[in-house]
Amino acid sequence: MLTIDQATHDAIIAHARRDHPDEACGVVAGPIGSDVPARLIPMLNAAMSPTFYEFDSGDLLRLYREMDDNDEEPVVVYHSHTSTEAYPSRTDIKLAGEPGAHYVLVSTRDGAHESGPVDFRSFRIVDGEVTEEEVRVVDRYADDASTQEKAEH
Amino acid sequence: MAIEVRIPTILRPYTGGERAVEGKGSTVTELIDQLEADHAGIKERLVENGEARRFVNIYVNDEDIRFTGNLGTPVADGDTVVILPAVAGGAVSFI
Repeated sequence: MLTIDQATHDAIIAHARRDHPDEACGVVAGPIGSDVPARLIPMLNAAMSPTFYEFDSGDLLRLYREMDDNDEEPVVVYHSHTSTEAYPSRTDIKLAGEPGAHYVLVSTRDGAHESGPVDFRSFRIVDGEVTEEEVRVVDRYADDASTQEKAEH
Repeated sequence: MAIEVRIPTILRPYTGGERAVEGKGSTVTELIDQLEADHAGIKERLVENGEARRFVNIYVNDEDIRFTGNLGTPVADGDTVVILPAVAGGAVSFI
């Protein structure tokens, strides 16, 4: 299950709408091992395409260095589909390189980029296997995960 | 001194879970051959038909090797090499 706070959830949808008809993409980083998506990092889609996304290689290096420095990992990797459903494509499955991440897909098809509900779904993609999981949207994260981590230090 | 090679999560099964390993060589090709000798199977994840894979990024001292000579990029003791899988995908089915 993916637990995500309302503000981050809404910001991902806003990003997808903003970049429509191109695919939008980004990461939500969180403390290593916490499974808490805490810090939204919208990324530029270097492909600037309605059917493909790719982080710029320089941006990618800076992102991973920053997460390393902060003891973070990519808890969520998100992108939008702009004319198909919010389900991983063959390309998504083949290129999924973060076995520990929640892969979030949103769809802005059928006018959803302007108004109405936006499909927001989450998947695990490991060794080519896709498993959909429940998405729980919360007002804010309970303190347990992060405070326990701190207490142990 | 050796070359420090940073290994992404998805390739750590090849390095016994290590986040960074040491390597040697005078080019990225030689470095990868040495990595293969120490961590069998890893080369196939980095190289395809003699070229660096399209969706794997390799950086030598922060420079993407696509801009510095690809697999022929020189490396030396003290260098840091970072391997990162591309973060990419999308609705298209071209792969």
